[in-house]
Amino acid sequence: MAGQKTQDVIVSVDVGGTFTDVVLQRGRDRVTGKVLTDAAHPDRGILAGVEMLLERQGVAPAEVTLFLHGTTLATNALIERKGAVTALLTTEGFRDSIEIGYEDRFDQYDIFIEKARPLVPRTLRHTVRERMLVGGRIDTPLDEAGVLAFADALPGLGVESVAVGFLHSYANPAHEEQARDLILSRCPDISVTLSSEVCPEVREYERFTTATANAYVQPLMRRYLRGLERSLDQRGYHCPVLLMTSGGGLTTIATACDYPIRLVESGPAGGAILAVGTARDMGLGDILSFDMGGTTAKICLIDGLQPQSSRAFEVDRQYNYMKGSGLPIRIPVIEMVEIGAGGGSIAGIDDLGRLAVGPESAGSTPGPASYGRGGDRPTVTDANLLLGKIDPAGFAAGTLPLDAAAARAAVASHVGVPLALEIEDASHGIAEMVEENMANAARRHAAESGKSLEGRSLIAFGGSAPLHAARLAEKLGIDEVIVPPHAGVGSAVGFLRAPISYQVVRSFVVQLSTMDCAAFEAMLAGMDAAARAVVELAADAARITGSGTVSMRYVGQGHEFEVPLPPRPFDAAARDALRRSFTERYVQLFGAEVPRQDLEIVDIACRAEAPPVVAGAAAVAAAPAAFRPEPQALRQVMDHGSRRMAETRAYDRAELAPGAEIDGPAILYEAETTTVVTAGFRAAIDPTGAIRLRRKPA
Amino acid sequence: MITDIDFQIMWNRLISVVEEQAQTLIRTAFGTSTREAGDLSAGVYDRRGQMIAQAVTGTPGHVNSMARTVGHVLAKFPAETMKEGDVFITNDPWMGTGHLNDIVVVTPAHLEGRLIGFFACTLHVVDIGGAGSSRSFQVYEEGIRIPIVRLVEAGTFSETLLDTIRANVREPVEVLGDIRSEVAANAVACRRLARMMREFGLADLEALSDYILTRSKQAILTRIRALPRGTFENWMTTDGITGPITLKARVTVGEDGLDVEYFDCPPVVELGFNVPYCYTDAYTCFGLHCVVAADVPNNAGSLSAIRVHVPENTMLNAPDPLPVTSRALMGQLLPDLMLGCLAQIVPEKVMAEGSARLWSVGIAGGLGRVKADPALLAGSRRFEVSVFQSGGMGARFAQDGLSATAFPSGVRNISVELTETYAPVVFRRKEYRQDSGGPGRSRGGLGQSVEIAGTSALPFAVSTSFDRIQFPARGRAGGHAGARGYLGKSTGEVLPGKGYHQIDAGESIVIEIPGGGGYHDPRTRDPALVARDVRNGLVSAEQARAAYGVALTAEGAVDAEATRALRAGAGAT
Repeated sequence: MAGQKTQDVIVSVDVGGTFTDVVLQRGRDRVTGKVLTDAAHPDRGILAGVEMLLERQGVAPAEVTLFLHGTTLATNALIERKGAVTALLTTEGFRDSIEIGYEDRFDQYDIFIEKARPLVPRTLRHTVRERMLVGGRIDTPLDEAGVLAFADALPGLGVESVAVGFLHSYANPAHEEQARDLILSRCPDISVTLSSEVCPEVREYERFTTATANAYVQPLMRRYLRGLERSLDQRGYHCPVLLMTSGGGLTTIATACDYPIRLVESGPAGGAILAVGTARDMGLGDILSFDMGGTTAKICLIDGLQPQSSRAFEVDRQYNYMKGSGLPIRIPVIEMVEIGAGGGSIAGIDDLGRLAVGPESAGSTPGPASYGRGGDRPTVTDANLLLGKIDPAGFAAGTLPLDAAAARAAVASHVGVPLALEIEDASHGIAEMVEENMANAARRHAAESGKSLEGRSLIAFGGSAPLHAARLAEKLGIDEVIVPPHAGVGSAVGFLRAPISYQVVRSFVVQLSTMDCAAFEAMLAGMDAAARAVVELAADAARITGSGTVSMRYVGQGHEFEVPLPPRPFDAAARDALRRSFTERYVQLFGAEVPRQDLEIVDIACRAEAPPVVAGAAAVAAAPAAFRPEPQALRQVMDHGSRRMAETRAYDRAELAPGAEIDGPAILYEAETTTVVTAGFRAAIDPTGAIRLRRKPA
Repeated sequence: MITDIDFQIMWNRLISVVEEQAQTLIRTAFGTSTREAGDLSAGVYDRRGQMIAQAVTGTPGHVNSMARTVGHVLAKFPAETMKEGDVFITNDPWMGTGHLNDIVVVTPAHLEGRLIGFFACTLHVVDIGGAGSSRSFQVYEEGIRIPIVRLVEAGTFSETLLDTIRANVREPVEVLGDIRSEVAANAVACRRLARMMREFGLADLEALSDYILTRSKQAILTRIRALPRGTFENWMTTDGITGPITLKARVTVGEDGLDVEYFDCPPVVELGFNVPYCYTDAYTCFGLHCVVAADVPNNAGSLSAIRVHVPENTMLNAPDPLPVTSRALMGQLLPDLMLGCLAQIVPEKVMAEGSARLWSVGIAGGLGRVKADPALLAGSRRFEVSVFQSGGMGARFAQDGLSATAFPSGVRNISVELTETYAPVVFRRKEYRQDSGGPGRSRGGLGQSVEIAGTSALPFAVSTSFDRIQFPARGRAGGHAGARGYLGKSTGEVLPGKGYHQIDAGESIVIEIPGGGGYHDPRTRDPALVARDVRNGLVSAEQARAAYGVALTAEGAVDAEATRALRAGAGAT
């Protein structure tokens, strides 16, 4: 072990709903582990998992140089409504903004829907006299006595956390700041979240809701993070702890305690970062990342190694992931679409006689019919089993033998008989339908994002994705599919590749033709400094780089595109460059520019970033010579073209060395998943260990 | 061979294509009503002009009326005269979606040089010229009318037409930008459709169209045949224009669908509250669809199972050239009328009446829009914005009504902060209106209380066309009516619900939006729920006592004994 002490030893932990994934990276060596999540005491599960791995590798806690962590705790608190008793202080006359929302119905025809409940009930929503106007001009000064009266009432109401949300505070936060000081003067121990700090953007419903969500999870997350920090310290870890954020960057415990809402959805963000790392290692262009597990599939667009970012996110979509049925949260997030499509998605016939797959899921209990745990409705996993794509003996590393007869009975009674289809045709229909649903979600997502899917590489990870990736690619007109190694603990591996970063966002509307470039530059400098200050808590200032984007549109439009800011300082030439970048992108998307129309900037995002702690795989000197390996077995697998079960070569991924080339149709199986190579693709093992499928020449 | 499942997969794909069309429209549109409020619609049609799929995003008045537009285009421009790269346009109220502000763009879709179908979309532009508001006596005064013409011929825009439109509208940048965005949305959809057809190896859409339309029609007929047969009448009195108007309809449930007949139909009116047939048809079908077959996709097949009969030359079937700009006033009340017919056979599937009509206000200012010293106005900011607002929906059989939610319209509001950015106004208040939900075992949804003032020394103008000010949303099965609406000034002056009102500096406009009706006798509501509503301030202690027969203690808990006494006494009074 001599010499190892000088090496980085990094622990990465992702706490999910069921499993806690742990990765230990020492130099170039990587080991992984999985333990059950301890829902009541997540930190115990973490320590158990980490120490098991450390012991096995003979590493002492004191040798660990960095601890990375992502958790679903904040997300779960929001979904299960188990956060703090939270009050909202808002502008007089706007007590119900967070409940009135958009005044629309997320389902046009269903008159029985219920909307997502706001996090703060009406009894805890208080108003105070004050008013800012557009631009931050004060119309009515803050009624200080009113704020104090509110603060004095809080202990009696059992309130642990307060959100303050005033109209136009994104333009002038003075009243919110004043209110915070007044509240803390009476209740020094209470958590206070200002909407102008957590989300300084126009649109009161989203800003106030985000502030209430931050306030709602803050006491819980503070206790948890400070507790974890203490436990780690007591057990001899003396390394920094960084948290994964929804935006795909790492941040300090201090920042996470201030803005715990930025920790939601950090697991999926880690997956997207894994896809970025894979793309970087393999020199890929634009990416569609595809993460499919047991219940849902998540799809993310990654251009030029940058995952598509967004500042809008909806938590707790209560109606089958339907847009509009959750609460809008505005924080920097890696933009992805989530749909109810996974191995456990249940297939059935709706009363129009149509085959429907998902979003209802059998989960892990009772699970698919073939698990033999009492599930009697057919799922996607059952269909894959009957189509020969999954080996009944090899599922989940052989720990869970699958019952094909049970799968057959379930598919027959719920799909085959009602539609008068043979068992294979019914199974094929189930697989095709779930693939079609995912393809449609991807298309719609691309359309909403103003992006196209052609020419992308699809990177598949998660237990179910490699089974469906090739067909999904065919449906989307994508010619290349990558299945990276360690896909089973993708998020925790992703954390290792994440930059330490922080983003500051501001709403600021200005028309290009009349903007004051010098004043704009001064604002950018201020935002850049604010973002760097947060990153400097965890990284060497010399290694931090800054970048920025602005969202722009034609004056009069309501939706923006992100355009990267040219290198600072911002001057007239930079302004012209912005105009050119926007127009190019617009023409590319919609065919033609809007003649003679001025452009405007709507908001600005400045990001400071220090490089990831783990660099990518070192470039392999030369591509290994290609060779054709022998299959380990021949299996009966559904051929999509002929729609018949056909003898198909099956390969053990562990036996495949870089350079191996395999023509589809073929099956590449491994402990946690199976990669299906359709007849249209050829698979090759990349020097990084990834499986690379390329469309055969027509 | 194309199997049933292949057709189903293609059907899903088609819905995703039109959804992409709608999203492109939202992303590129200029008018706030499209981009923020979703006041639009998009759909795909077969070669015969039958609508086979529509985007989920959109508003019902548009969708169901636009269903017929492509047929009108084909009647004027036969398919064989259409070239690849052609785009057609119209805002004819009788051919499009009911008033001049809605511009429909229709694009023929081609595959390998052959016409395979059409995409159409529509959106509401902020201004279309004319007098503005519903003060016109003929459609000619309501703005520029674009007959069905080629907007783009083989890829080249008609600059003549664009120039003509530009010269006739008050906000040419927005209007022309919106039209271009419609063309772009259809173009994106055409590309997607062509790719889908290549992928599935389809040469035309006809077999798929037949499958979808047949399936949809069968599905809706199955639902209809499960209903008790018979004819069910309902009436509803509305505030009307110059006096109350009673709408009457009967729905006949038959073997081959639903027949709706409007009878004793109100005559046409002088001002623009008349409704073209296409719009009456649209909202009538929508209301029935929600109850009978909420999960059956909307297309020419499912629409064909509902037939709407309206006497000609009446308010609900107003002929050209009557003014129709505010056709939504009556149109949005029709679903409640339909629900009342069906309440007699499927009470558990309907709501009580709701505020129904959007309580949106148009806010305008600057020269030519308000009366003030022209010298002052000349240099002032001109603005024109729509503020979409909704009251309460009716109570459901076993659920409270949704508060401050649009029904039947599908639009969403625009944030107060954004509205204040677009116009020099300040909202003094926009929150729930206590006691406005109609009492019932299920309570009606609450309306809102809104007050808007100007921020400059100049007046601003507000145009409104509200209903349910004299005649509230009625309750059902013993449920009480929702609160009536109110429109006035901060000075106390009461304003008529329909009109164009100037609000002078220092004044504000006060809007009390109606609530939805209740369902079942309020005295059967769980007293604990009443106490919760009182605690939340949605219901006053007085209303709890008077309407619900629930007495509360000083701490707000249910006073069980006093409640029993109140409820027992109710029968006697």
